[in-house]
Order: sequence, then structure tokens, then C-alpha cells
Amino acid sequence: MAIVLDKSHRWRLIAAHVFLLCLCAVVIFPFLMILSISLRPGNFATGSIIPESISLEHWRFALGMPFQDATGRLIEPDLPVLRWLWNSVKVATLSALIGLLLSTTAAYAFARMKFVGKRQALLGLMLMQMFPAVLALVAIYAIFDRIGNAFPALGIDTHWALLLAYSGGIALHVWTIKGYYDTIPVEIEEAAKVDGATPWQAFRLVLLPMAVPILMVVFLLAFIGAIIEYPVASILLKQQDMLTMAVGSQQFLYQQKYLWGDFAAAAILSGLPITVVFILAQKWMISGLTAGGIKG
Amino acid sequence: MSTESPLRRYAGPALLALIVLAALYLVTLVYAVGETLLAGTILVIVGLALWIYTSQKVYAFRYLFPGIAAALIFVVFPMVYTIAIGFSNYSSKNLLEYPRAEAYLLDESFRVEGVVYNFSLHADGSEFRGRIEHADTAKSFLFGPLALSAERPLELQAVPEETAAAALSEAVPLKTLIERQKPLKAITVVTPDGAKLRMSSLREFAQSSPLYKRQADGSLLNQQTQAVIKPNFKTGFFETAAGEPLQPGFQVGIGWDNYTRIFTEQRFREPFLRIFVWTVMFSGLTVLFATSLGMFLAVLLNWENLQFKGFYRILLFLPYAVPGFISILVFRGLFNQNTGEINLILSGLFGVKPAWFSDPFLAKAMLLLVNTWLGFPYMMVVCMGLIKAIPADLYEASAVAGAGPITNFVSITLPLILKPLTPLLISSFAFNFNNFVLISLLTGGRPDFLDTSVPAGTTDILVSYTYRIAFQDSGQQFGLAAAISTVIFLLVAAITLVQMRFTRVVEEDKR
Repeated sequence: MAIVLDKSHRWRLIAAHVFLLCLCAVVIFPFLMILSISLRPGNFATGSIIPESISLEHWRFALGMPFQDATGRLIEPDLPVLRWLWNSVKVATLSALIGLLLSTTAAYAFARMKFVGKRQALLGLMLMQMFPAVLALVAIYAIFDRIGNAFPALGIDTHWALLLAYSGGIALHVWTIKGYYDTIPVEIEEAAKVDGATPWQAFRLVLLPMAVPILMVVFLLAFIGAIIEYPVASILLKQQDMLTMAVGSQQFLYQQKYLWGDFAAAAILSGLPITVVFILAQKWMISGLTAGGIKG
Repeated sequence: MSTESPLRRYAGPALLALIVLAALYLVTLVYAVGETLLAGTILVIVGLALWIYTSQKVYAFRYLFPGIAAALIFVVFPMVYTIAIGFSNYSSKNLLEYPRAEAYLLDESFRVEGVVYNFSLHADGSEFRGRIEHADTAKSFLFGPLALSAERPLELQAVPEETAAAALSEAVPLKTLIERQKPLKAITVVTPDGAKLRMSSLREFAQSSPLYKRQADGSLLNQQTQAVIKPNFKTGFFETAAGEPLQPGFQVGIGWDNYTRIFTEQRFREPFLRIFVWTVMFSGLTVLFATSLGMFLAVLLNWENLQFKGFYRILLFLPYAVPGFISILVFRGLFNQNTGEINLILSGLFGVKPAWFSDPFLAKAMLLLVNTWLGFPYMMVVCMGLIKAIPADLYEASAVAGAGPITNFVSITLPLILKPLTPLLISSFAFNFNNFVLISLLTGGRPDFLDTSVPAGTTDILVSYTYRIAFQDSGQQFGLAAAISTVIFLLVAAITLVQMRFTRVVEEDKR
């Protein structure tokens, strides 16, 4: 990075910190609200940020521990929130891995190879995402109903069905990774091919290690996309034990009975896997190996 | 090659043959279950896969095949299917297919007048026998023994009591009779003269007969009233001679009717233009704000001399980590005009309490604020990834040349990340064009226009407007909704094509 520093450097640094801190405060504000709602007794959405009295009943509910409510009754939590969390994490991780696998290879073909129909396929991938998916749900249900007739393990109310349904959503990831591959000079792979590597080896051993930052980004985005996905999951999953967090937490919000406190606790729980994955992925995103790729 | 062992030489083709056999077996299994379409699809997929992975000519397709196949089956096919639904009258009133609707009607039965049998149930060991006695002629029949444990439709012959072998025991108490009511209701008893009897009350069996009889020309004859109902394949209902439709209706293709309704019916067209303009503005501004903020933060957080980068990164990423529908609902509470925290703070600091939900302009501003909050982390993360691809020596060179950070950004960073970023911008535009969840959860489309004949909101976008029309009016009209979705899709695709042509994204890199 630049060794030559400007005189106004210090002021710019301070200004940057002030700006970032203000922005963080604005950004964090809703989360502090959710946190305080989850710690309040009762199920109300309004009130001060620092709750007057702290009650752990919502967290007990979310974690599946029996607790005493305001009237002193012992309540057994009847919604398997932790199970939903596990389902969400399982489906999201697998779906992100599958999506990554499918899109990296496809992006490699689009970035490095020539073949018939390349432009049309790229265009098609872009346009495919524009259909309002909210209404293709009828079709998706019909498809998995039929598949379930032949292969019950892949039909309605299984996690495999959800994985299959998500595996088609690679269009955006293919474009992202292709864009990144385009910025990596092709000379390195050509050097590898001169040394006798097959295209597959050039891809796996030369290009992929250099593309790790964008692969981590795509994994993260695919993971998040799968965790927050609601319409398809609500159609394909029926039994309470099979639900993901996105579908299950809706059960806290019936019109007559807004369980804000429990909902807030479940919301924070569902944000945890994503934050953990983001922290882990950051390590990989830091390395920028291309910088030294062509020198010498 | 002459040094290759026979094992290696035959391993490949042997594996291939094995795969082919396994695939054919699978296809036959699926076909046997009755799913011809699925079997055909599997056949096509396996065939294509075999060709692609063994032929040298189509080497590039080996990388594309799994991804494109998944996209075609699980995204394109539902899309095509939905477009096809748009040409039919599929709705909650016309839910079934024609054969099933007909079967439903043929299953209906009515009680034939005047023929009543008194009924009593008698125990026979662990099973039961039933005795029916004609109310008028006092002829009695027996049927059984039956287990009466499960509710299964059975047809039994009744024999005259005189010919029965064993004598009957006492009639069972009422409690047992009620317990066995469901299985009893499911059986049909046939008397020697062919009359079919079913249980009509706890102590009676009566003759029932199917209500409709299928005629040769496909119409149904009502056995009770002798009226004829005909299926109308234009409207999708069975109709009486007077033209009255009967439930259940069935799906029929109605061609372009749904589409003409959208464009000619006055109540759809009226606010259409205003909503379309707002939709385009909303998506465009959202993309602009989120991308600018995200890019600015990515550049800032890439600055080597900045401390606590990791801390800032995590905090600023959080809006994306919590599922959208949760944050949107929280914001709805926060922006509440009277009790929300935001107005409390604003009135404390500046003395104003903006009417976020009742003023159209403020409502739109609120939507843009919330959507920017939701969207900037995504742009920030992607830009961070893309900036990593920029070689650091470029910045060193510009520092030596004495350029400041603004020149760095405008001349180095921006041009280099804009090209890979463009497809993401376009698809973010398309996503927000159809961002139903945000509008419906935050404002519900309100505040409504004051001068339209149909309820339409000032913050409604096309998708939420049509959702209101299709699902919150009379009946759930899937066919109409599918037609509207297709129209929206064509609109968005057209706008996208224009954008792509403008930015020339798909052109091959000139090397």
C-alpha cells in the first residue's frame, strides 16, 4: 500500500472513524430494540431501549427450557425453536455448498471457454431471475408432489426437496464469479497448460485458489439467501419438526396474538449462524493473492 | 497405451455400462409408479449427461451441465408452467381437473323416498352382525360378521334372517353403536333384490342411489329431478339447462382472456401508470443509494491505515444477517408516528414528528430508507470481494504520482469494479422491482390514492397492486395472477434488456 502519506492524513482518519461510528449507531439501533424487546417481560413492541425489568422468559422459550410466566404457571415451550435453527443451518450450508459447486464450474466455462450459445445462455441466466417467484409456488408444489410419488425421500416435506429447489438459483452467483474470473489474467492458466495441465487441473489447481475471496463471498450470500428464504420453504415443509426458522417464526405472529418477545428472541437466534459464518468467511476474504500473480 | 493393463482399459466403459443400466432401471421404476413425465425427464437428463461427459466436442458443457440443468428444471420449468396457468381459469372456484370434478359429482348420492329399514347391531364374539328389518313389510335380513374396526368402504350382501345359521345375541348398547358409527357409515348393504342401503341414522338404513348418471354425450342426468346438467368447457362449470353453474368447477383453458382483462378492464388500468412509475423509481433509487453507500464503505474499510476494521465490518454487516421480514416488522414499530422511537428522538431533537405512514412522500422516503438499510451490506460485501482483485501496485503508483483518495477512487477503483458489479446492479434492480415483502410488511401499499375506483396505494408497486387485485378480491384467482406475473416479467425483462444493451455487458472481452 502507499508508503507516501499525505499531511491531511490524520484528519481524514479521524473523520472516517467519526463517520463510521455514527453509521454504526444508526445501523445498530434496530438491533438494540430487538434485544431489549426480547428481554422485556410480556409481549409488547414499544417501550424504552433499556428495559425497566429484565425477564428471561422469551429466551427460555426460544431455548426450549420450561419457565414461569407472569401468573406463576409453569410453561413448557411447545415450539421446537432450536430444532428449527438446526434445520435452517443444515439446509443453508448444504444449499450454499451445492450452489457454489454448480456456479463455480459454470462460471469457469463462461469465462474461459468458447461454445455455441454462450451469449444467449448468459442473457438467459440474467433474465431468469426476473420472474416474480411468489407465483411460481403452485408449479413448484406440483413438481415436488410428482417427484415425491416416485422418490418419497425427495418429495414434499423433506429437506432434500428444499435443497433441490434452491439448487436452481445460481444465476446471480454465476454472474458474480464470472465477473471475478474475468479480472484474473488468463496467462497464469495458459502457463499451467503449457506445463501439461488439463483444463480441469488448470481450473482446480490454478484458478480456484486465486478466486477464494469471491468464493467466500458467494458462499456467504448463498448461505444467507437460504436461511431467510420463506415462500418456497413454507410451501414444501409441513410438519413442525421439519420447518426452518424463517417458516417457524411466523407462528409467533398470528393476527390476534403477536408474540413480540418470543419473536424477538427467535430473530436474534436466527441471526447468529449468519454472523458466525460471516466472521469465519472474513478470514478468507482478506487474502488477495492476485496481486503478486503476474510479477516476475 | 500398450502398457495399459486390461483392467484400466475396460474400467471406463464398464462403469459407463453400469451407469446406463442403473439409469434405465430407475426410469422403469418411475414409469411403473405412473409418473411418465418424470420418467421421461430422467431419461433425457441421463442421456444428455452421458453424451456430454463422453464426447470431446462438447467439452465446455461438462462444466455447465449440472448448473444449467438444475436451473432449467427448478426455475425455468415452474416459470413456463406458471405462464401456462395464465391461459386458464385456475382459481379457488375452478380448482379441479375435469375428470375429478365429474367423479365428485358422480359420487354424490341421494336418499330414495320411502324405503326405510330399522337397524340393530348384535355382537358375535369379537365381531358384529347387523340386522335390518323393512319398516313396512317386516322382512328382515342379516349381514356380517364384521370387525368394524376401520372406516373402510365395503359392499356386503345381506341374507334373509330365516336362512341364517346361528341365532342373534342381544342388541349392543347405544354406546357401542355410537363407537362403531364411522365404520358402519362406510358400508353399503345389498339386499337380495339388488337395493343398495346405507346407514342414514343410528337406527335406520335407507336406500341411497347415485344422484347423477353419466349419459352418452358426457352430460349428467339428475336421477332425482330428471334435470340434465351439461359441462361447459368455456366457463369451466357444469351448468343446468337455465345456465346456472354448479360447484365444483373445473379448469379450462380460456386463451387470452386473462390478459385482455388486465389491459381493458378499467379498474386495473386506472392507477397502472402511476404505480409503474413509482416502481421504476423505487427500484432505481434503492439500487443507487445502497450501492453508493456500500461501495463507499467497502473502499473505506479497505484503507490499510484504518484501525478496528474487523469490528466495523461485523457491525455494518449485521443488517444483512438478520432475516429481512424481522427487521422490516421492527422498523414498522420504530417508525410509528405516535409511539415509535424515531419520532420520539426527532421530536426531542428538532421538535418535528413526521407523519411517516399517512403522507405519501414521507411513506416513500421511509421505504427507501429501510430498503437502503437492508441492502447496503450486500453491496458492501460484494464490493469488498471485488476490490481485493485490484492489484495493490496501482495504488502505490498513484500515491507516488501524488494523487489523492478521490482520484484513486474515480480513476482506479470505480472503473475496475464497475464491470463485474453491473450484472449485480441489474439483478438488484429486478429484485426490487418485485420486492413484494418489503411493501406489504412495511406500509401495505398505503396511504391509498384518493381518486381511484379500486383500492390502490401510493406506495404500492406493481406486484403488490396485483396481489391485492388477485388474492384479496373475490376468490383466489391463480390464473389471473399468473397472467399478471407474466406481464410483469415481460416488463422487467424488457427494461433489463435495454439496460444491458446500454452497458454492453454481454459482449466478449477483447483480448
